[in-house]
Amino acid sequence: MISILRSMWLVFLHVFHKRETVEYPEVKPYLAPRYRGRIVLTRDAEMKERCVACYLCAAACPVDCISLQATEDADGRRFPEFFRINFSRCIFCGFCEEACPTYAIQLIPDFELAEYNRQNMVYEKEHLLISGEGKYPGYNFYKNAGVNVGVKGKGEGDNEEKPVDVKELLP
Amino acid sequence: MKYVFIIAGVLIITLSIAAGLIWVERRLLSVWQDRLGPNRVGPFGLGQVVADTIKLFFKEDWVPSFSDRPVFILAPGILLITILLTFAVVPFGPNFYVFDSNIGVLFFLGNSSLGVYSIVLGGWASNNKYSLIGAMRASAQMLTYEVFMGLSLMGVVMMADSFSFCKIVEAQKDGWFFIPQFIGFIVFFIAGIAETHRLPFDIPEAEGELIAGYHSEYSGMKFGMFFVGEYLGITLISALISTLFFGGWLGPSFLPPVFWFLFKTFFFICVFILLRASLPRPRYDQLMELGWKILLPLSLLNLLITGAILIFLK
Repeated sequence: MISILRSMWLVFLHVFHKRETVEYPEVKPYLAPRYRGRIVLTRDAEMKERCVACYLCAAACPVDCISLQATEDADGRRFPEFFRINFSRCIFCGFCEEACPTYAIQLIPDFELAEYNRQNMVYEKEHLLISGEGKYPGYNFYKNAGVNVGVKGKGEGDNEEKPVDVKELLP
Repeated sequence: MKYVFIIAGVLIITLSIAAGLIWVERRLLSVWQDRLGPNRVGPFGLGQVVADTIKLFFKEDWVPSFSDRPVFILAPGILLITILLTFAVVPFGPNFYVFDSNIGVLFFLGNSSLGVYSIVLGGWASNNKYSLIGAMRASAQMLTYEVFMGLSLMGVVMMADSFSFCKIVEAQKDGWFFIPQFIGFIVFFIAGIAETHRLPFDIPEAEGELIAGYHSEYSGMKFGMFFVGEYLGITLISALISTLFFGGWLGPSFLPPVFWFLFKTFFFICVFILLRASLPRPRYDQLMELGWKILLPLSLLNLLITGAILIFLK
């Protein structure tokens, strides 16, 4: 009997407790900077696509929601002819971001992806590409590695030494 | 003509309280569970009442092909009718009642006994095992608690020397009955919860075990009538607690008597909801044990002692 009255009193005291509810559309929840939400394709500092269409993201994707086709421009720089992510399949695991060798594909803190039409969940390249560098400003894959596509010559990269002339080392 | 207005007033007050309780209960429960509750539709979410009602009206009103059709359709009505009839004898104010029966308490007890039919017939006509179990539980529970619900009121009746609710209220001018009749109040309160099969005594519907029990098969406005019937039941028991034990419309005269009656009633409705928020459901045999082994002897004892003291004082 006492325990019943006590539990009723304790429940009543919850009137003075703080509410747990977040009134969502008016009050946005805090999202950590590294929150894994909507996927974007970033550009480098010269506003050129970072993506080199290596298919690693598509291979890493556990739900096969990424689809792309590689092509090359006149310089031999690879880029995706189309790049398609089906967000109705995407599970926001971030494996594609981990797999990406050029920091092109990135997950950003945005989860508001609701659509009335299911077909609108399929994002094409023009929806995915942002005109910014995302989480890694200043990074350009072709300045660190890769073939010469007009960004840098051989041995002119950021952390690169000049190529060794093997014949000069002869006695 | 005056009677028409009073009947309309009583109907409007009771039905709007019952409908408003949809919102009140959900908001209060959320307050006690650190949530906000429905607050989107209209100011403070009050439009939830209208929204829920409209939703109930537009739901498909499905009568199962395997059910006993006429009984199935009749059952929800019985609950509403018996409870609304009882409100006829409840005095809302000194001159605000439909009729002041000299057997008002008996009228209430008789009607609440008839209310059992609604649930038993509803569960039976659904032709569904869970519904039938719910109905059987309901009949046992309500018959058990019926016995000492009546007995617990006898102390009040003896002290007021009348079965009429108005006379009972007037007899409380010198002091409310919940002090001399404290045991009676506790027993009536517990019996009232069991009678309206509200949580924690919602054993007939027990969502976790019986999937809503006797009204599993009901949909649309037929379910709505059980729903409203339950809220009307809470309102009725709260109104009777305030009438029989807490002086009904009596109160300081700076506010009209009807206000005091509604205020006390609302307070007990809130207690009902607090019970739901805080207590777990007992097992079926525990409920029966509590009824027959504790509450029945307690109410008999209360009856004996009250009678002895009253005779001694005379």
